[in-house]
Amino acid sequence: LPAVPAVLKKRLVKLVVNFLFYFRTDEAEPIGALLLEHCKVTKEEENIFSISFIEEPERKYCFECATEEQCQEWVEALKRASYEFLRRSLIFYRNEIQKMTGKDPLEQYGISEEARFQLGAHRQ
Amino acid sequence: MKLNERSLAFYATCDSPADNAGFLYKRGERHTAYHRRWFVLKGNMLFYFEERDSREPVGVIVLEGCNVELCDSADGGFAFAIRFGGAKSRTYVLAAESQGDMESWVKSLSRASFDYMRLVVRELEKQLQEMSRGLAGGAGGPCKPKPSWLEQPRERLPALPSIPPKENGCAVWNNVPGAARPPDASGCGGHDEEGSPRPPPLPPRRRVSSGEAASAGAAVAQSPSTFCRLHQQYSQEVARLRQDWQQRRRGPRP
Repeated sequence: LPAVPAVLKKRLVKLVVNFLFYFRTDEAEPIGALLLEHCKVTKEEENIFSISFIEEPERKYCFECATEEQCQEWVEALKRASYEFLRRSLIFYRNEIQKMTGKDPLEQYGISEEARFQLGAHRQ
Repeated sequence: MKLNERSLAFYATCDSPADNAGFLYKRGERHTAYHRRWFVLKGNMLFYFEERDSREPVGVIVLEGCNVELCDSADGGFAFAIRFGGAKSRTYVLAAESQGDMESWVKSLSRASFDYMRLVVRELEKQLQEMSRGLAGGAGGPCKPKPSWLEQPRERLPALPSIPPKENGCAVWNNVPGAARPPDASGCGGHDEEGSPRPPPLPPRRRVSSGEAASAGAAVAQSPSTFCRLHQQYSQEVARLRQDWQQRRRGPRP
């Protein structure tokens, strides 16, 4: 999927777990990666979206896609790409299932006490 | 390979809760001496700092496609390893200061990968979908319905899935640029879209319907009791939270 930052460099971009890797189109090794935690994905003008990070909000990584449809797909995918988003989803589902059934769905897997799945912010 | 190091450092040091934190001894890469470092686990990233109050991590280990193993006690007691597959991979040997610490770290590291989290989320999503389908069938009365399928044991999700080893996912600050290998080409094409998790659903019924916004109305008519109950539960929670918050604002009673 070709992507073009603000200085119009053509790059191949790949989303893998919570990292966005980018490559020169003819190379196998990525030239860089963006960790997608605490970031904001914004749809800009046509075919363009940007990623900015909470600690440096004025700095935008811009990407231009081939089509508007692709652009929308990327925005949607990137918004849900962080580990923290996944964690919130899990906590939400766990809570819902617990409310509906009275049982913690994580118990059967033996992971209900695991710190990373706790409902509140009462972790270390 | 370039990395948005500031963002990584921010993630490491911001006040979002860590999944585990503590001192561990890390065996050096070239010499076998152990160095005591302050480790912080957040999500699928294991950061390590020179000191507990260091402002920036010294390095990070990305916990994807790795195995966590116990080591022989000959290695220096309470030792365990994070092992990556792949040709030029590296094994990180760490040692805790007690049996309890070691067990706690091995457990939390084994379940730290994004892949694992995604597995669990998908499993729960499926459960929720199945439950809402069961409820739409007309059992939307009491607060705690127990469809018969829930009684069946579900062994599908192991507590510690073994993920086939992928690339070494380490990036170290100010040293040799990260050893992260390019993502597996064959797996990646499908990863871009399928790999990303779906958001938490709106009322579960939405998934039962064909997905069109128009049919959401019909879906509501099918099981209004579910939605009403959800709505009522949330409003009760909100009311309770508000009450708590207001009481706390007033301060302790004399």
